Amino acid sequence: MSGIYIHIPFCKQACYYCDFHFSVSLKRKEEMIKAIGMELQLRKDELKNNVETIYFGGGTPSLLTIDELQFLIDIVYQNYKVIEDPEITLEANPDDLTEEKIKELAATKINRLSIGVQSFFDDDLQFMNRVHNAKEAKGSLLMAMYHFDNITIDLIYGVPKMTNEKWRNNLNIAFEMDVPHISSYALTVENRTALANFIRKGKYPALDEDLAQQHFKILVEESRKHHFIQYEISNFGKEGYFSKHNTSYWQGRNYLGIGPSAHSYDGISRSWNVSNNARYIKSIQQNKLPQEIEILTINDRFNETIMTGLRTIWGISLQKIENDFGPDIKNELIENAQEYLKNKILKIKDGKLLITEKGKFLADGIAADLFIVN
Amino acid sequence: MKNIRNFSIIAHIDHGKSTLADRLLELTNTITNREKQDQLLDTMDLERERGITIKSHAVQMEYTYKGEVYILNLIDTPGHVDFSYEVSRSIAACEGALLIVDAAQSIQAQTISNLYLALENDLEIIPILNKVDLPSANPEEVTDDIVDLLGCDPEEIIHASGKTGFGVEEILEAIIERIPAPKGDVNAPLQALIFDSVYNSYRGVETYFRVFNGDIKKGQHIKFVATGNDYFADEVGTLKLNQIPRKSIKAGDVGYLITGIKTASEIKVGDTITDADNPTKNMVEGFEDVKPMVFAGIYPVDTEDYEELRSSMEKLKLNDASLVFVPESSAALGFGFRCGFLGMLHLEIIQERLEREFDMTVITTVPNVSYHAFTNKKPNEIILVNNPSDLPEPSTLNRVEEPFIKASIITKSEFVGPVMSLCIEKRGEITHQTYLTTERVELNFDMPLSEIVFDFYDRLKTVSKGYASFDYHPIGLRESKLVRVDILLNGQLVDALSALLHTDNAYGIGKKICEKLRKLIPRQQFDIPIQAAIGAKIIARETIKALRKDVTAKCYGGDITRKRKLLEKQKKGKKRMRQVGNVQIPQQAFMAVLKLND
Ligand SMILES: Nc1nc2c(ncn2[C@@H]2O[C@H](COP(=O)(O)OP(=O)(O)OP(=O)(O)O)[C@@H](O)[C@H]2O)c(=O)[nH]1
Ligand code: SF4
Ligand SMILES: [Mg+2]
Repeated sequence: MSGIYIHIPFCKQACYYCDFHFSVSLKRKEEMIKAIGMELQLRKDELKNNVETIYFGGGTPSLLTIDELQFLIDIVYQNYKVIEDPEITLEANPDDLTEEKIKELAATKINRLSIGVQSFFDDDLQFMNRVHNAKEAKGSLLMAMYHFDNITIDLIYGVPKMTNEKWRNNLNIAFEMDVPHISSYALTVENRTALANFIRKGKYPALDEDLAQQHFKILVEESRKHHFIQYEISNFGKEGYFSKHNTSYWQGRNYLGIGPSAHSYDGISRSWNVSNNARYIKSIQQNKLPQEIEILTINDRFNETIMTGLRTIWGISLQKIENDFGPDIKNELIENAQEYLKNKILKIKDGKLLITEKGKFLADGIAADLFIVN
Repeated sequence: MKNIRNFSIIAHIDHGKSTLADRLLELTNTITNREKQDQLLDTMDLERERGITIKSHAVQMEYTYKGEVYILNLIDTPGHVDFSYEVSRSIAACEGALLIVDAAQSIQAQTISNLYLALENDLEIIPILNKVDLPSANPEEVTDDIVDLLGCDPEEIIHASGKTGFGVEEILEAIIERIPAPKGDVNAPLQALIFDSVYNSYRGVETYFRVFNGDIKKGQHIKFVATGNDYFADEVGTLKLNQIPRKSIKAGDVGYLITGIKTASEIKVGDTITDADNPTKNMVEGFEDVKPMVFAGIYPVDTEDYEELRSSMEKLKLNDASLVFVPESSAALGFGFRCGFLGMLHLEIIQERLEREFDMTVITTVPNVSYHAFTNKKPNEIILVNNPSDLPEPSTLNRVEEPFIKASIITKSEFVGPVMSLCIEKRGEITHQTYLTTERVELNFDMPLSEIVFDFYDRLKTVSKGYASFDYHPIGLRESKLVRVDILLNGQLVDALSALLHTDNAYGIGKKICEKLRKLIPRQQFDIPIQAAIGAKIIARETIKALRKDVTAKCYGGDITRKRKLLEKQKKGKKRMRQVGNVQIPQQAFMAVLKLND
């Protein structure tokens, strides 16, 4: 099973917290689409297995016209073996999702929408410099729910001045609209973002970790009440609505990343395209992949397995660890986990090492402790 | 002998000694083009990386002048105050010295202190105005400064640039013309001074010497006067870029000796070598032993590595005889060593060498100087306090004496105010203020040595915007009021964090230590109180809040590698921490008190 990720590096304006790769100038959009199409062709032999998921991410893929999206979907189908009923996701921003656009999208092979709602409140949206407002967020979501079955929304918590009450309201609006999947993240200060700069200058308040932690707790509790399963730290889905594409990242499956800044993984090495639109286009036009590659060592692969495994409900299969890395490594892992097992921060169930409710907030530090480094 | 010249290159730090040495080596064809590299004599990795000289380095050159071949023995010396003993050793082997002065920076603190060392040994001084190629060079004014300092004629000062090679021929000429040839009697009994020793893992200890009388021959039965040990000279030779074995080294010349000695401590630098059967009556006047100025505990991060640390330290000592250490133990850290260092740079270098050369990750505890304590019971008996835990109970304490230094600071007149405030804050007492020019002032202070250990250099740099140079020498002990401030983490005393402080500073510094530790100790899954205490009395308190959220939200395709690397780094950091009770303490927290104002 394999996936294809297609990065669309354009946005209408920059959200203050965002460190993804995108440009706010749409001048070279056409050239970019062509180049992405060419890269898809250039790399058609890289995937050994059938394509089961396709994901348009960004940036803002909903900025593309239906024709442009159709053009790329067609290229995928012409060059890759796609299974009967693939999961095809499009990330979309509420301001792009007019009724007409949603209908057009529903007529393509795209069968899943990931809507960048972030919040249903105007002051939060303004704080983050999102293009859309609360009304558009609700309106587009209602409309999308009408035409698509498989929908996920992004929600951000831990935003300064967002009370627990307001965060609950955010969640409740989503529950009332009956969205089947939520990806929810704490607002994070990434280097070289406007947000980081504002905080440094004192224009914005520093983020409050305690607040984020309370919100996370509310998120876990409330979503459970509404029959969501937290299948990954930040991902909550109803039965049958888990993201297949993202799950493949956490389960170490192969994927092809197309477009500037996109990452690929073939089981042995990770590679990534240059994060620069002009350089990307130039290189692809010369039939060259603008790539850097890193071959993973055994330790790297072990550490990644631990890191991603701990974040999901599937945990870390001890049998798989033994198969892939040998019995000594498996024993070392169990040995290193002892203290956490004793404190009920980790548990072993059905041959899987899992994080408990208590440990979820601390997953990174725990993963680091279980790493093998030299 | 009349064609030998022995000289050292001395200067303030970074004024260009080693670079000028490069040019001398090139012009005399001592090195080939292929061997050329910047600061060639700085052979240690650490020297090359930091761009400073740590150890003196002797090398022999040949130069033909007016049809005659001369042997020039050059010794490049370090400029940093911690290593000034290297300068005094080198000087003892020479008749002359090149005094290098940076044409932009003019005379600085070590220019003066190293000059005095040379003058005490009656060396002929050749003043060199270096780096004249710099756009910021100020030759007229600096010439005046030098004339003022040396009382020489302006014409005696050679203008040069180690960078461009300008003036280097003139320097060689001056070395031959102005520095006297060595005097001595080749037929007298052997009398040679050991001025350095270097450890080589294949050849054992190499001894560098200067022959004053007689000669030293391969195979000769020799004796070291001070230690009384006798050896056979397995190999003698001259120090070119590589060692060149010779049959003998005669009076006036410099050379190396290999005797099969395996431990550096067996050799006392400053000792006299003589013939075992026909000994000289006179020892060469040597120099004082190097005395450690700063003491700190060194412990392995992993208690199991104690034996390995011991053997690493012993090996280090083989080529750094100024390092001294004795075993000690700490309730918090287990077994380790109390070590004496020449200064804070020396301490840093030892710690770094242990890491690189021996792969030993160590914890260095709060450094302190060496105090003398006296109890009421025996008010005349010195108790040496090299470790905070050595300080007797306050109730039994009669008095404490702490080492003082005479500090010399040269700075621009505009910074006199801030520099003075700093020194007074550091319990200094001004003794002299001399205007070297209208712009530049030399300030002298009597100051407790302990104050320069704590955060002095960095602050001096800050208050003077980098325009201050500093030099010091010890002037004995004075009575003082001292207390031990203990630190408790999670209610448990961590002896390795205790510090000896002057009573007047104890509250303020205790509070700052707590604040600093709060920032340095990573949050853990529970609250950690930090307290500073004098005896049973708590004088400051901080809390490290428990870590409750430690998970990054997103982890998709591109995040995986980045996040893995981040966590791997975190894990490596943890490996370097020391667990005391249930608190993980990072290596640098133990030195935190040194940088309280960051
Ligand atoms: N422009 C210029 N720079 C120079 C000259 N001589 C040395 N430098 C630079 O000054 C710096 C210090 O030079 P070194 O030769 O290492 O100085 P040093 O006196 O040996 O330093 P220590 O041994 O650490 O006391 C280096 O960056 C050199 O490149 C010169 O004549 N002109
Ligand atoms: S729309 Fe998405 S990709 Fe674009 S700036 Fe905002 S968060 Fe970033
Ligand atoms: Mg040097």
